[in-house]
Amino acid sequence: MSKNVNKNEPLFQVEDLCQYFHIAKGKTLKAVDHVNFTIYKGETLGLVGESGCGKSTTGRCLVKLYKPASGKISYKGKDIFSYNKEEEKAFRKNVQMIFQNPHSSLNPRMTVKDIVGAGMKLHGLATDKDVDAKVEAILKRVGLNRDHMSRFPHEFSGGQKQRIGIARALAVEPEFIICDEPISALDVSIQAQVLNMLKELQEELGLTYLFIAHDLSVVKYISDRVIVMYLGTMVEFADAEELYDNPLHPYTQVLLSSIPVADPKLVREKQRIMVKGEIPSPINPPDCCRFVERCPYATEACRKKLPPLREIKPGHFVACHMV
Amino acid sequence: MAKNILEIKNLEFSFHTYGGVVKSVRDVSFNVREGEILGIVGESGCGKSVTSQCILRLNPEPPGFFEGGSIKYKGEEITTKSDREMRKIRGVEIGFIFQDPMTSLNPTMTIGKQIEEIFVGRGGISKKEIKERALEILKLVGINEPERRYKQYPHELSGGMKQRVMIAIALVGKPSIIIADEPTTSLDVTIEAQILDLLKELREKMNTSIILITHDLGVIAKMCDRVLVMYGGKVAEKGTVEEIFYETAHPYTAGLIKSIATLDTSKDQKLVPIDGTPPDLFAPPKGCPFAARCEFAMEICYEAQPENYQLTKEHMCACWLQHEYAPKVDIMRRETKEVQQ
Repeated sequence: MSKNVNKNEPLFQVEDLCQYFHIAKGKTLKAVDHVNFTIYKGETLGLVGESGCGKSTTGRCLVKLYKPASGKISYKGKDIFSYNKEEEKAFRKNVQMIFQNPHSSLNPRMTVKDIVGAGMKLHGLATDKDVDAKVEAILKRVGLNRDHMSRFPHEFSGGQKQRIGIARALAVEPEFIICDEPISALDVSIQAQVLNMLKELQEELGLTYLFIAHDLSVVKYISDRVIVMYLGTMVEFADAEELYDNPLHPYTQVLLSSIPVADPKLVREKQRIMVKGEIPSPINPPDCCRFVERCPYATEACRKKLPPLREIKPGHFVACHMV
Repeated sequence: MAKNILEIKNLEFSFHTYGGVVKSVRDVSFNVREGEILGIVGESGCGKSVTSQCILRLNPEPPGFFEGGSIKYKGEEITTKSDREMRKIRGVEIGFIFQDPMTSLNPTMTIGKQIEEIFVGRGGISKKEIKERALEILKLVGINEPERRYKQYPHELSGGMKQRVMIAIALVGKPSIIIADEPTTSLDVTIEAQILDLLKELREKMNTSIILITHDLGVIAKMCDRVLVMYGGKVAEKGTVEEIFYETAHPYTAGLIKSIATLDTSKDQKLVPIDGTPPDLFAPPKGCPFAARCEFAMEICYEAQPENYQLTKEHMCACWLQHEYAPKVDIMRRETKEVQQ
């Protein structure tokens, strides 16, 4: 666990968060269904799951890109939907986001200086006079230099674009950054550069991250605690080491055993738990355990009731009837 | 030892662009044996897809053009064949699975039609037989209710299902080689595991050779018999999967292995990134393409292309470090770098 985590200072508290999308009459897509968690200052909370599990939607709710259907999100103890204008502005400054696709999340008509500097000026962190120097300082921090300032996004490689995205988030001196699959669009050798940088920045600036990804090895590497989601529900929540050493939910076990490990001997000996079928549709899901159709251990009880998230060991939560 | 079914020698392929000529594939040689899975691994832009598409001549020409080399399929030169002759090879002798199942299927055609399309204009097989073959192949790739799926359109299927359909299309002509270009990149891990298992199973059932192109070393470790590591349009290292992972000889391969986070990587351990970016192929460097990013680069590396050193029967490495006068270094160490001259 990182040194800077302060368990007494919750930054985000998410209570019973639900986000539904009405697609057509009588059809509701339950993207996030009754999710609870707390993010402490200085920690990295990992959020993993397969596509459509609601991990990105959860992240987007936290930055107020969606207004949730129900539930409460508080930042530093205050509901984020009850802000007045000033508080709203402060919140927008303190909470930033790094997006998945660096190629589409930078405005192609703006120079790097404008992309990074716009937020600074807006929040009064820089004036027209000193914005150049401040942008340069931020760019240096993410491994770019002065020459890059007057260029446009198309002149950069994917890894460099992602650095610009990170510089943009850092420019307004945030406390909390949501990283929504920040490295999945990058090449392997570049991924390590960006991961290392995120870790260094966290240590230097005392940042808090919500790290959303589908790559379990990466999430384990960077996170203090990890949430596993499946079809909008949280299935397991524990310290990273604990979760990977001792996965309790059948879905977590399946996920872990599905990763192809880069070691020929290990991967060929590894006992694999296979699941049949694919992720069912999140539209009008049944009111029982969401994993029941694919679960090797499913019983009658699983088909009757949605299992609640229970604390099995201190700090280790599982939503499964069978554990 | 199994026979070579495909022999590629000194393949060179380039593209005309507004910025000049891009030399995508430079002097690439390798063989594919009967019934083996050959992995090609490398970053985007390293030429792995272009190489594989050269085999079936799928690169658009122009702007692409063939600069030289030979591709022999079952002992027969195929680079000189006419388009009409190539059509007899595509799909029937060599099948192709494309990267993105979401965009490679025709949205206006039913699944059944797309699978059967390969038999159009070939003759010698009745409509009824064709349909039977299509249904049989759908079953083989693990699609339930083949009768119903046969009549459905791509948008009615999930990503994993679509990839199974892509595999069905590649298999229906009973090819002796399947080229799979990043077949699982756009899929979730649990589905990825299913598709990889399916490919392995099909290889055993039909004794097809598979060329598996990927950037994921995990997939390579799990699937392949032999591996080709490509960088900057050239082959950096090739060998059996054990040689590549346990007897790593090229600093780039070592860099790839060191830069990924695995489940065993502890939090305090730093990943070792490969600094810099891949070379500009408009003007490929005079020396080794990896020299600028290599922590062991010597003077010679910038001056001359490394020779291909044959380390064992299978293991080849294109790196000056293998030269008898080169300093002996441990390329797998994970310390901070030091400059070497």
